[in-house]
This record gives sequence, structure tokens and C-alpha cells, in this order.
Amino acid sequence: MTGTQIVPGERAIALLGGEANDANLRRYLHGIPGVDAVGLEQRAAGLGTRSIKTTSKAWALDRIIGLIDLTTLEGADTPGKVRSLVAKAVTPDPADPGCPRVAAVCVYGDMVGHAVQALGSAHGDPDQGRIAVAAVATAFPSGRASRSIKLEDTADAVAAGADEIDMVIDRGAFLAGRYGQVYDEIIAVKEACRRADGTYAHLKIILETGELNTYDNVRRASWLGILAGGDFIKTSTGKVAPAATLPVTLLMLEVVRDWYRLSGDKVGVKPAGGIRTSKDAIKYLVTVAETVGEEWLTPHLFRFGASSLLNDVLMQRQKMTTGHYSGPDYVTID
Amino acid sequence: MSFLEYAPAPESQAILNLRSEYGLFIDGEFREGHGTPFASISPATEKHLTTISTADGADVDAAVAAARRAYDRTWSRMSGADRGKYLFRIARLVQERSRELAVAESLDNGKPIKESRDVDVPLVAAWFFYYAGWADKLDHAGLGANPASLGVAAQVIPWNFPLLMLAWKIAPALAAGNTVVLKPAETTSLTALLFAEIVQQADLPPGVVNIITGAGATGVALVGHDDVDAVAFTGSTPVGRAIAKSVAGTHKKVTLELGGKAANIVFDDAPIDQAIEGIVNGIFFNQGHVCCAGSRLLVQESIHDEVVDRLKSRLSTLRLGDPLDKNTDIGAINSSAQLDRIRALSDIGEAEGAERWTAECTIPENGFWFAPTIFTNVSTSHRIAQEEVFGPVLSVLTFRTPAEAIAKANNTPFGLSAGIWSDKGSRILAVADKLRAGVIWANTFNRFDPASPFGGYKESGYGREGGRHGIASYLKTAAPAAALEPTRKSVTKGAAK
Repeated sequence: MTGTQIVPGERAIALLGGEANDANLRRYLHGIPGVDAVGLEQRAAGLGTRSIKTTSKAWALDRIIGLIDLTTLEGADTPGKVRSLVAKAVTPDPADPGCPRVAAVCVYGDMVGHAVQALGSAHGDPDQGRIAVAAVATAFPSGRASRSIKLEDTADAVAAGADEIDMVIDRGAFLAGRYGQVYDEIIAVKEACRRADGTYAHLKIILETGELNTYDNVRRASWLGILAGGDFIKTSTGKVAPAATLPVTLLMLEVVRDWYRLSGDKVGVKPAGGIRTSKDAIKYLVTVAETVGEEWLTPHLFRFGASSLLNDVLMQRQKMTTGHYSGPDYVTID
Repeated sequence: MSFLEYAPAPESQAILNLRSEYGLFIDGEFREGHGTPFASISPATEKHLTTISTADGADVDAAVAAARRAYDRTWSRMSGADRGKYLFRIARLVQERSRELAVAESLDNGKPIKESRDVDVPLVAAWFFYYAGWADKLDHAGLGANPASLGVAAQVIPWNFPLLMLAWKIAPALAAGNTVVLKPAETTSLTALLFAEIVQQADLPPGVVNIITGAGATGVALVGHDDVDAVAFTGSTPVGRAIAKSVAGTHKKVTLELGGKAANIVFDDAPIDQAIEGIVNGIFFNQGHVCCAGSRLLVQESIHDEVVDRLKSRLSTLRLGDPLDKNTDIGAINSSAQLDRIRALSDIGEAEGAERWTAECTIPENGFWFAPTIFTNVSTSHRIAQEEVFGPVLSVLTFRTPAEAIAKANNTPFGLSAGIWSDKGSRILAVADKLRAGVIWANTFNRFDPASPFGGYKESGYGREGGRHGIASYLKTAAPAAALEPTRKSVTKGAAK
């Protein structure tokens, strides 16, 4: 799949009315209305009480599978592990050929080639029922490396066939108020996502909300990521607790909604880490549908970064057809 | 299919076993009333739920006499710690039967099950737990040592939060050592009668709690009864005024919780998404049948258009329909009479030149419904900006400076509640200081807690419910002679264990 074709920086200059430097970004980001933490969490809890039953639940479970970035991000990853992950992504439930495929597999940069190879003809755009390859890059998860290393990391993964790049922002620079630096780096990484044919790999921007600490920071970082040209904003690496939470995701969806109202551009959201049950995942679907609208529930606008979620959804799916719960040995491990 | 058309998720009614008719609860048992029985219907379907007795003058006499006997013989003599045990027991029974109570409340009142389940019933239990704790600590209620209870309390409650208002009235009265005769509203007697069953289950001494049903005449007879020592009323200002007149010159102590026309003030630095939620919660919670509803939105002129836009798109996501469906946000209007009033005032709003906007939603065929409605371009002189609509209707006004916001917020004969939305703490405090309203919420709205006193300024009534002030309403300072007596004896044998 192909990322947005906008000229990097275009979004920001139009909105800021000037260069995207520290001062201008600060003026803009600190002028955004604040977030009331209690109210935000209340709203998220309210959305979490929606009761999704019968036909709606069946639809939701299938859609969740189709929105998963099935992930393995371990130091111990091997080509064999990646092949196994890919097999699971292509055939989540061997007992049910009607089971949808996941949206993408998400791996470290050096595993991209193996993932592409293992996918074979199944590799492609998830909007067309194929599976994309996403790679984490930019010295994931800490992002503590020089810019040249980060760009190299990105270009490497794109060259190996990655369709999507999950980059981390420089949280240190963000928290120190060096918004210009964070912005420039995203612009540079976006450039590094450019393929030889002029198209771009899809860019997901990981905010690592667990390190940003306040909802005000999350909101500013979300705006910053969008202004710099991100196709997606993503909550977390999964390596820092707390990872994705419903209030944080709701907040990011609100920014995406506001950006859409302002510009007509649709930006995606990816909560990642910590979403393990169908019940939780359904709460996210509800939150998306009631905040930005259900047209966001497609692979190019919403993803779950998850690994164990898939099997829980499969067990729920089996329960809906058979009427009774099976157990973990009735779904395959990857 | 559309995901947002969530499949029906109705709460089961199987847990609720309604009897075909209910009598009056007097002296610990149900008995038939002497008045003409009336039907209780579900406002969402207009279906018959049960038949309820009407208490006439003789029944009121019997109920007050039972309360007096229980007061003289048992309740006023019992130690606070033992009264507390009964109240704790009631609180636990409310929790045990919470699902049943929530279903009954939604069925009878029309409010969404998510509200009766997540707000009303948990608060009912909280109220009993809270005042159970007060029962043996009355010395700290602010009236000096050994404050005395009043005697028999006559309590008349409205239909908007039937069981919760019952708890607000009964819990502090019993904790302070009074006995009660309570009359629920005619259209929503059901949960009060289920509560009577809980009173039986809790083995409360007969006559401590009496529940009599009926229309306005029953209430008038109860409030005007000579042997009543305290009157507590929640409801409309005209009725409250009549009660105040009827008890003037008597020894009866009165608390009145009346109407409101609360201002919800949104400054331009407000946390906007949460403010929108707060506005929605302020006026569309419980279909706007809330005396402290934020029915006047005062928004700073610079952000008026943005707030109204966002509000409209948020309102478009509200789900109106079956109160028992777990996904329903807006339930039914409680009665056709109330619906008529809401319609009439809305039409007046339009005629006066305000601009009306109504969320698009399908209105069920039967029952009483009113879609969420906003009026913009409203001036303080419009009737919809002055009168209590008591429905899902919001009037939007603007202001330019904090001083103007305060002046407009206070420009009402009511003064029950207000809301302030701003990211700036000092501004919140400065504005709150100048608002003449009993409850002021900052960056939230319609939050209740038993520890917090609640009550109004001006025509919103007098007296406070909740917290220490709430228990003080049911106490008087010890008579000099009583203060000299040795500490009250403790009656443990035979009391709640």
C-alpha cells in the first residue's frame, strides 16, 4: 500500500502560517485546548459500556482480525519464527476457511525480507484482502541513535520490501520542548520512506504515550505527528508500560477527527500493546465508530498492534458458531 | 451492515417479578388503600405494569400513627450504632437486588438502563452506606452534643430519580433517629414499593418506614398532617411554595428541593472535548429530567460556533429508544403531561425567535419521546432561558467577559447548580465565588456523592441534603434537660446484628 503523496511539510506550513520551527510549533501546540483527564477517562469508560451482541459482535470479531498488525518484536526473532507468524497471518483459523486474514505482519527491519518471501502471493494491500509487511525502524523502541542511523534503518527496511514503517519519535526532544527537532526528524524519515518509483511506504508515528505521561502531551504529539505528514499515529512500542489505553486512543482519535474537519485528510490510528481480549478490542471499535465514524474501521485507517489478541478473537469466533467455549489448545500458536 | 446500528442488547426483565397490584406499606406490611387504585404504565410503551393503591386521609392517618408509634417505642430509643446496622443492611440489600431495581426503574420511569444501573442504584446504596456511618456520630453533625431527632418525617419525592430521591430522604432521616412516611410520585411508585420489600427483608421494626402511594391529594394530606414534625419535599417550585405556605406557623421543620435553570459556563480556554461531553451530560442525562440540569449553556462568544458545531455532531451519535436496551442514551419522557409541557415550551422558544435544531432520530411509535434539541440565538429574556423545561432541551446563550457570564448566570429566580469549564484554576475559583447556586461543578457536571451537600438558592428551595448538612436537617439541638441526662442507653438486644 502507498502512503500519502503530500509534499513533506506541506500540512504544517499551511496551518502554522510559517516555518515549522520550535517557536512556531510551540505557539501552535500550546494553543490547542487542554485535556481534562477526568473527563476524558469518563468518556472512554462510557464508550466501554456499549453492549455489542449477536450480529454486531460477529461483525466486530471478523473486523478486528482484519485490522490486526500481527506482531513479533523480540530479540530472539528468527526467520523461522517470522515464517510461522506469516503462516498464522495468512490462515488464522485452519478449521475455518472463511476466517479473514490479518492486515499486516509487523517485524524488525532485518526480518522484512523473510516476511515478504514467506507471504509470497499473499503479500499486498490489506484493503484488497492481502497482507502488508510493516517494519519498526528508527532505532526502535528507544529511538536513541543518530539521525543518519535512523534514516538508514528506515531506508533499509523499505528497500527490503516493507510497505509500512513504524517509526518512534524522539521523546527526549519532545519533552525538552524541541518540537522542531521532532518535526524535522519525521519529515526526514518520511523522505526515507520514498521508494525508487517515487511512491512512499506508509508511515506510522509511534508517540510512546507511556513516556509522554500527560494527555496534554499526547494531544500535542499527535498534532505534531500529523503536521509532519504521518499517515498513522500510533500509541506505543509495546515495550513501555502503560502501552495502549482506551482514553489515550480516544484522545488520538479526537485529534484525527479534528484534523479531518480542518483539512479533509484522513489519518489513521493504531493502538498497540496491551490489547489482549476481544472484549477490549470491541471497545476500541466502538470508540472509533462513535468518535471519527465507522468509515475509519478499515485497514488503512485503523490497526491493532497485537500478538495474543488474535487467538482470543478466534476463540470468541468459534464460540459464536458452536455456542460453547473451546480452549487455548483449539487455536494455533504462531 | 452498519456497525453503528448495534444489534439490540436488551436487559432481561426476567429478574423482576411484579405483582399485579400493590397496596400501601404501613406498619411493616402491605395493605389496601381506601382511595381509588390507579394504573402504573411504562412511558416507553404505554403498557400497563401494575395497579397501585391510593391512600386517602384515613390511610395517611394510619401511616403517620404507625410512624409515631415506631418512633416513640423503638426507633428514637435505639442506639445510633444499632440504627446504623439496619441502614448498612438496607444498603447491602439494595446492592444485592441492584439489577432488579435498575430494571424496575427503567421500566417505570423510562430512563436508560445504563443510567439506572450505573448511576441511580449505585448511588442509592452509597447513600445508605454513607448515612449508616453517621448514625452513631451525630455529636459531630454541628449541633453540639446529643442532638435530638425531630420525630415523624413526611417526605414527598418526584418522578425523575424515584429510588435515588427516596434514598436521599430516608437514609439521613433514619440515621438521625426519625421515622418516615414517604410518598413517591404517582407515575413512579414502583421502586418505592420494591424498597418496601427490602425494608421487610431487612427486618426493620414495623412503622419506621411507611410508603403511601397516590396523587397530589395524598401528598397534601401527608404534608398537612398535624402529627408530622418534619416535611421534606423535592419537586416543582409551585408545589414547594404551596407546601411552604401550608407549614408556615407550625412546628414543622421543612426542606425544599425545587426547580433550577442552571448555567453551564464554557470559557474559551475550556478543554473542549470534555466540555462537549459535560454539556451533553448536563442537559441530556435522564432526558433532562434533572432539577440541577445545565439547561442554559453560556458559551464565550469567540468559540460559540465551534461549540455548537461540535455539540450537534455529538448529539447525532446519541441513541434514543428502548430504555431497557443497554446501548440507549436517551430514554422516554416520563409522562404525556411532561411531554406536552416540553413541546409547549419548545414551540414558545421557536415563536420567540430562537433557532431550533433537533437531532435526527427515529421516534418509537408508542410511548412519550422527545428528541434532543438545541436552541441557539437565545436571549436572557426568552422564556426558554428563564423557565425550567425539565426535558432534553438546551438553550445556548453567549457572553463576552467573565463579568457578563456571572451576571447572566445569576439572572434567574433559581439557583440550584452551575457549571464552569476552563483550564485556568484561578478563573474557576473566582467565578464560582460569585455564582449564586448551591452546587457548582468545575470541568464536570451532574456528579453526585453522598458526602456532598446539595441544595439551592432563591426559588430552588432551602435546606441541604447530603453530607453533614443533610443529617443536620433531620436533627435539632438537644433540649437543655436532655443535655443533662446521662448518655443515651444502648439497646443492643433484639436489634440488628
